[in-house]
Amino acid sequence: MLPPPFDYLAPRTLDEALDHLAEHGDEAKVLAGGQSLIPVLKLRFGAPQWLVDINRIGGLGEIAEDADHLRIGALVRHRDAERSRLLREGYPTMAAAAPQVSDPLVRNLGTVCGSLAHADPAGDWGAVMLALDAELVARSRAGSRVIAAGDFFDGPFTTALRPDELLVEVRVPRRPGAGGAYLKLERKVGDFATAAVAVRVSMTDGRIGDAGIGLTAVGPSNLKATEAEAALAGAEPSDEAFREAAELAARAASPSADTRGSADYKRNVVRVFTERGLRQSVAMAAAAGGPGG
Amino acid sequence: MQITVKVNGTAHSADVEPRLLLVHLLRERLRLTGTHIGCDTTSCGACTVLLDGVPIKSCTYLAVQADGHDVQTVEGLLENGQPSPIQAAFKEEHGLQCGFCTPGMMLAAKALLAENPDPSEEEVRWALSGNLCRCTGYVNIVRAVRAAAAATRDAERAPVGQEVSA
Repeated sequence: MLPPPFDYLAPRTLDEALDHLAEHGDEAKVLAGGQSLIPVLKLRFGAPQWLVDINRIGGLGEIAEDADHLRIGALVRHRDAERSRLLREGYPTMAAAAPQVSDPLVRNLGTVCGSLAHADPAGDWGAVMLALDAELVARSRAGSRVIAAGDFFDGPFTTALRPDELLVEVRVPRRPGAGGAYLKLERKVGDFATAAVAVRVSMTDGRIGDAGIGLTAVGPSNLKATEAEAALAGAEPSDEAFREAAELAARAASPSADTRGSADYKRNVVRVFTERGLRQSVAMAAAAGGPGG
Repeated sequence: MQITVKVNGTAHSADVEPRLLLVHLLRERLRLTGTHIGCDTTSCGACTVLLDGVPIKSCTYLAVQADGHDVQTVEGLLENGQPSPIQAAFKEEHGLQCGFCTPGMMLAAKALLAENPDPSEEEVRWALSGNLCRCTGYVNIVRAVRAAAAATRDAERAPVGQEVSA
């Protein structure tokens, strides 16, 4: 299957790319890893007139840590995340999710930021970034703006990004000693999730200080289980607290029945995975043994 | 659009439409038909090639993106005209029946062995999980990859004086 015809632009600098986006607006799409965009074109779900290939722009492929954040550039591939020592050592939710994205061949090209900008409700990174309260940095010729993950996803394949904006970076807050998990049910390797749950927990003085929960494939976008998060803040880490939060997360889900399962089944997966993810994350944070935070 | 892509060590220039997929460039322009089109929807891995040594699905990559890059296809696996250890092992271990997935399997395996000369069964299965086979059931494929790894390790331990490829 050939994609529909388009004009191809391969800028060498970020400024050049932003100029193209400013000029062509919603007639242009950004090509990063292409693992969602090229199938979209082939299946005729979209037919942009311009593709702006950012792969030849330097400096967008870094995973780096500063005082407050882990910063993931626009060209960081799932593969890079999967192999990152920074992620493995300090960001357990992301480290758990990275090897579960699609399959190894797709992970070799697909990007974290591209997956977020594509905003498939069944995408994995969206739930992770919601759980981690990440910030997304959108750049246009007018400048940069920072969008909280909770404000980023508007609906299926729809985000707060404007057509002239490029998602240049996602920033994940540093949380030394935090525990995390990403639990995903899929029919086979490479399939989209039937349902998945991203969890993070920071402990303070033996209690849950702060928790984040993001949901995959159980609503019109990735969802943040805010009521479950609120119930966990300051709670004693007990079976009862885990069960209550899991119940609230399941209630936050609004899955649709499809070939992967009924709505009730998916909601139950959310319940089970939230409870299990919390248990794992609390154990991990407790083992880290730091002051928490 | 004019592009130059190195394929199996030889630079090829072509004038292509931007929408041409890499797999089409390989099969239709360069007549390298060992790269197969299976699902054409980024699922099956029959079209796997190595891009700068990294396995990708060539049905989900534009030929224009490959401009200036290095591509290896199954036709480039031969070593001095002889089957490479991976090819020999797929034959010996009966790692194929119909052969449709085999080029992709062997290229994904090559990338794995370049990083990990002694993968466990689990590691082989994980590395090949983007490549689907519909007839052998994977057991012999996994066996073939591990046999190729062992053969390669043995060759590298060959006594001094015997010629060893780098």
